[in-house]
Amino acid sequence: MNKVVSGADEAIRDIEDGMTLMLGGFGMCGLPEKCILALVKKGVKDLTCISNNAGVDDFGIGLLLHQHQVKKMISSYVGENAEFERQLLSGELEVELIPQGTLATRCMAAGYGMPAIFTPAGIGTEVAEGKEIRNFNGKDYLMEMAFDADFAIVKAWKGDRLGNLIYRSTARNFNPVMAMAGKITIAEVEELVEPGELDPDNIHTPGIYVHRIFKGENYEKRIEQRTVRKRD
Amino acid sequence: MLDKTGIAKRIAKEIKDGYYVNLGIGIPTLVANYIPDDVDVILQSENGLLGMGPFPFEGEEDADTINAGKQTITKLPGSAIFDSAMSFGMIRAKKVNLTILGAMEVSENGDIANWKIPGKMVKGMGGAMDLVASAENIIVAMQHVNKAGESKLLPNCTLPLTGINCVKKIVTELAVLDVLPEGGFKLLERAPGVSVEEIIKATAGKLVVEGEIPEMIV
Repeated sequence: MNKVVSGADEAIRDIEDGMTLMLGGFGMCGLPEKCILALVKKGVKDLTCISNNAGVDDFGIGLLLHQHQVKKMISSYVGENAEFERQLLSGELEVELIPQGTLATRCMAAGYGMPAIFTPAGIGTEVAEGKEIRNFNGKDYLMEMAFDADFAIVKAWKGDRLGNLIYRSTARNFNPVMAMAGKITIAEVEELVEPGELDPDNIHTPGIYVHRIFKGENYEKRIEQRTVRKRD
Repeated sequence: MLDKTGIAKRIAKEIKDGYYVNLGIGIPTLVANYIPDDVDVILQSENGLLGMGPFPFEGEEDADTINAGKQTITKLPGSAIFDSAMSFGMIRAKKVNLTILGAMEVSENGDIANWKIPGKMVKGMGGAMDLVASAENIIVAMQHVNKAGESKLLPNCTLPLTGINCVKKIVTELAVLDVLPEGGFKLLERAPGVSVEEIIKATAGKLVVEGEIPEMIV
């Protein structure tokens, strides 16, 4: 079994106009930046993108937005991207803003083979409009459906050619739950190793969920808010 | 009247030893700077970290280690990393003892609005809706009035809601208030130099004032 592809272009070769993609990452952190660049180059359009954020104007999903490749964004927070806010307020872009935990758990449900989840997030707000509400033990919960994505694209720190993945620090974020949730899952990694080199006890995403893997070169890993303290 | 630092310092007094605490963006983030040394707390960052530490020293920033505000941070000894689903799992399951967040408006029955101004600002709710829907102990750090001088403590919120019947306590530049279970803001403390009359004037929602209101110790 060998899931290794030559690079981002080959990994995304059959992503077509109108498809639904999950993209891992929290802000710029743990973002599959190589595949996003390849999608920009390929020029596929009318995409529905499920991702916690929408990138910044010149990096991440912001690049896809800039090229008008995105028809619909499903995100929880988009405050960092002025072009996004402009397209949203002008009606050029369809946007579904959903609670962050709901976003993560709808991914998780897909990966666990469960059709729906019940969450209290959004009860009494516009998020609840048109959704089924169930009362359990005296508290109201919204029924939220598992996502159905054609592709999940994630970024990991290390992976082997069987698709087993390990993430690093808070770059883990949405990546493991999205990796489980795609019909086809693409993983880009900083280090690609041979089976046996990763400790089975420390695998975050078992390879069964991953269909294609490649090593990305020269990660930019942009920092969104560089905050530091002075040495005393 | 308190400045932002003052609000953060006053809220820090609400944090008890052994708490797991989630701090929102803005004033809540400042609270971490004023937690007393003898109070042992673990900060949860909803992007997937327990044991959040201070900002890194210059030159030691790690792009893979950020908080929910996308700021570079550090991990303290004993910290733990997890994915976003587990992060909100521990929030939903009420494992986090205290949530501190900002607000644009709070109503007298504890509703909160802090994610959207229709037609003007659409940044999204992030994790706020999940947090307010599940947390049992929510403190709001906010300004009592907006820039136009209008009260943000209202009978009903006018902006799209983030959650309902959830806020327990509010700390503003003027006062500390509890949200009563039966509705209404109960005035607990005045900020230094602020009179009860000023607080009454700045509060549009039902305000309950009983007996002498002490000046807060910051």
